[in-house]
Amino acid sequence: MAATTTTAAEPRRLDRPALTGVLVREIVNFSSYWRSTTFSSTVEPTIYLLAFGFGFGSLVSTVAGFDYVDYVGTGTVATAVLFSSVFPAMFGTFVKYKFQRTYDAILAAPVDAEELVTGEALWIAARAGTYGCVPLLVAMVFGLSPSWGMLTVPFIAFLTGLGGACFGILIAAIMKSIENFNYVTSIVITPMMLVAGTYFPISGLPEWAQVLAQFNPLYHCVQLVRDAVFGFHGWHDLYHVGALTLFAVICWRLAIRYMERKLID
Amino acid sequence: MSHAIRMRAAVKRFGPITAVAGLDLDVPIGTCVGLLGPNGAGKSTTMRMLTAQAIADEGELDVLGHRLPAESKAARARMGVVPQLDNLDTTLTVEQNLLVFSHLYRVKHSERAGAIERALEIANLGERRKSKVDELSGGMRRRLLIARALVHEPELVLLDEPTVGLDPQVRQELWALIDRLRSEGTSILMSTHYIEEAERLADTVVVMAEGKAVARGRPAELVVQHAGRQAVEVYGPPQRLREVEDDARSRGWATRRTGTSVTILRAETLDGHAPDGERRPANLEDVFVLLTGEEVA
Repeated sequence: MAATTTTAAEPRRLDRPALTGVLVREIVNFSSYWRSTTFSSTVEPTIYLLAFGFGFGSLVSTVAGFDYVDYVGTGTVATAVLFSSVFPAMFGTFVKYKFQRTYDAILAAPVDAEELVTGEALWIAARAGTYGCVPLLVAMVFGLSPSWGMLTVPFIAFLTGLGGACFGILIAAIMKSIENFNYVTSIVITPMMLVAGTYFPISGLPEWAQVLAQFNPLYHCVQLVRDAVFGFHGWHDLYHVGALTLFAVICWRLAIRYMERKLID
Repeated sequence: MSHAIRMRAAVKRFGPITAVAGLDLDVPIGTCVGLLGPNGAGKSTTMRMLTAQAIADEGELDVLGHRLPAESKAARARMGVVPQLDNLDTTLTVEQNLLVFSHLYRVKHSERAGAIERALEIANLGERRKSKVDELSGGMRRRLLIARALVHEPELVLLDEPTVGLDPQVRQELWALIDRLRSEGTSILMSTHYIEEAERLADTVVVMAEGKAVARGRPAELVVQHAGRQAVEVYGPPQRLREVEDDARSRGWATRRTGTSVTILRAETLDGHAPDGERRPANLEDVFVLLTGEEVA
C-alpha cells in the first residue's frame, strides 16, 4: 500500500488545498442542513422587517429623510449578517471543537489552525453575504426601489460577515463553556445590534453612544448598505469599508491565535 | 530514510504533569509497532505529538523524514490518523465523509473517485456508501474511521486505541483489516492497552509507563526476557493466595495477582519447588503487569 518515499516540501502557509479542504467539508455538510438554515435566515429578518416596518412604521412615516420601511429594510441587512455570522461561528466552532471533535480530525490532516480558522470564516462570510441580501429583497417586495448600488450589498455583507465570523470564532476559542456565551450576547451583541442605526438613527442617542457606534462594525455595515442603496458618499464610505476591514483583520488574527492555543497542546 | 518515525528524548508537560518523560521511539519502515501501556501512560500524547497537535517541550521528532513541528504539514500529508474517539461527520453519508477527507488529504481530482472506492473496499463498506454515519453500527463507524485515514494511501498510519470499546467479534474484524495494511507494507504505530492486540499485530512492542518506555522488543522476546518461559497459576480462597504470595516473596520469586489467582513467573527455574497449580506459557500480559504495575483491561 505504501506509495512513495519522497520527501515533499512543507506546504506554505494558507495554502489553497488546505483552505479548499476546509471549505469542501463545510459545503458538503451544508447540503444536509441548508433548508433549516435558509428558512431561519429568511424568516427572521422578514419578521423584524414586518414588526418594525409596519408596527413602528404606523407611528413614524419617515426617519432621517427615508421612508421608514426603506430605512428598516436596509438596516436589517446588518441584523441578518449578524445572525448568520456571529452566532453560527460561536456555536458551530464550540460544538465542532468540544463535542464533535471535528477539528481534531481536520488538524490531523495537512491543515493548520490558521487555515482552519480562515476556511471556516470564509465559508460563514459567504453565507452571510448571501443571507444578508434577504431583507433587501423583502423590502423590495414592500416597495423599496431597486438601484445599481444594491449589487454591492453582497460584498458589504460578506466583509461584515467575515469580521462577525472571526469574532464568533474568537469568542468560542476564549470561552470555556457554551453557557458563557450568554454574557457575550448580553453585553456585546445586543448593544451592537441596537446601537447600529438599524431601527432608529444614532443621532438621537447620547454623544458617548454615538462615539461607541464608531467602534461597532454593524453601524458601518448599516451606513454602507444605505449608501449603496440610496447613493454612495465617497470618502465616508471608504471610511466605513476601512473600519469593517480593520475589524475583520483584528478578529481574524486573534481568532487564529486563540484557536491555536485551544487546539494545539 | 530507514524509519517512518524517529523520536528522541521527547518530553511533553502539561503544567506540573509530565505526560511524556524522555521517550525514544522508532518505527522502522514497513513495520507495525505497538505502544502498549495502561491509561495515562502517555500513549495518546505521544500520538498527538506525531501530528503536531501537541508540541514537544524537549527532544527531536522526525516523521517520514520531516522534522516536527516545523514540517508537520508535509508529514501529515503522508500519514493517516485513526483517533481513539469517533469524530466522523455524523449527518453525512459514508461516501461524503470519505469525499471530504480526500480533499483534506489533497487527493488529486482525477484520482478521487478511485481513492474513495478503494477506501470503501478496504473497510468493506461498499454497500453502506449511501448510509448516514448515524445509521451505522459501532464497528462500521470504526471501519469508516480507518478507511478515512487511508483514503490518500498513506505511508504511515497512526492507530490510537483502534478497537477500544468494541465487542470481540468486531475487534477481530478490525485486526484483520490492520493486518492487511501491515502485510501491504504500510508503517503502523498503534497504541493499545489490549495485550492480545499488541501480541497479534505488532512486530515490536514498546511498553510505556508514566511517560517512559520501560521495555521494547518483539513480543516473544519480551516475554522470555521479563517473565520467563512458564508461569504457574495458583487458585484458591484469599487466605491461600496470601500464603502463596508470602511464600513466593520469601523465596524471591516474581509473582503477580490476577484477581482470583496468584501467578508465579519463571516457573521453569523453580526446580520442582513451585506450588501446585496450572502451568501455562508466560505471556505478554505477565510482562505488562510486571513492568507497569497495572492490571490488564
